[in-house]
Amino acid sequence: MAPDHSEGAVRAEHGTTAESTDAPRPRRRLASGPGRLLVTLYGIFTVGAASRSLVQVTTRFDEAPLAYVLSAVAALVYAFITVSLVRGGEGARRAALVCCCVELLGVLAVGTWTLVEPDAFPDATVWSDYGMGYLFIPVLLPLTGLWWLRREHA
Amino acid sequence: MLTPLTVALAVAALALAAWCGWAAYRDQPTKDWHFAGMAVVFALTVVQLVVGIVQLARGEHPDDGTVIFVSYLLGVFACIPVVGLLSLTERTRWGSLTVVAGAVVLAVLQVRLYDIWGGGSGA
Repeated sequence: MAPDHSEGAVRAEHGTTAESTDAPRPRRRLASGPGRLLVTLYGIFTVGAASRSLVQVTTRFDEAPLAYVLSAVAALVYAFITVSLVRGGEGARRAALVCCCVELLGVLAVGTWTLVEPDAFPDATVWSDYGMGYLFIPVLLPLTGLWWLRREHA
Repeated sequence: MLTPLTVALAVAALALAAWCGWAAYRDQPTKDWHFAGMAVVFALTVVQLVVGIVQLARGEHPDDGTVIFVSYLLGVFACIPVVGLLSLTERTRWGSLTVVAGAVVLAVLQVRLYDIWGGGSGA
């Protein structure tokens, strides 16, 4: 990581001026510049969703099986994106792009589902009500992720 | 749970977030003084971890269960070192923003800890 500090600084300046015409780089660094903040947030949500679903599935799975399974799925998606961002490279970028789409669809679908049919969810998931319990970060995160990953395609 | 400590920690974390947010706004990385601030907040989280464990050892029980309480305590404990390291290796404004994110999460976790313990009724 050490030799690339200057590159990160250059990219950060691009970020501030909203430019998207970066020169091609040998290996795409997805976890520097704005990506550093993104990977941190994804890491936090991975830990949060994973530990939450672990406790729920192991201690009281029968109460709200659907909600707890969906929480576990969310945790897996977050974990996959976090790892992809850390690894970097074109393959990881594409994989993360797909996962961000899945994540966005998941938030929208589960969010709508919880509003239309609240009876199916005796307990909340990370994606309930479009992530309202988490300051709507679950909706904003995939949008930011998609923006960042597409921008890095330049 | 020791409510004054929880409040102090939440306020300190938000102050740290504002401070590093200011650095990010001015397009600056985290500097020595920011790390001193992180050290102060981290010291408070160590105190909270010790106090929490001592209270559990004395036989007091959090409303939402010991496992959840301890995992939140550990989460609080991990916040600052993790974002501190991340900002050390990202010497741009984005490193500062990372600390902001960690500090805000820390403050939110304090609110959750307060709820998990039982709204201070057990303190």
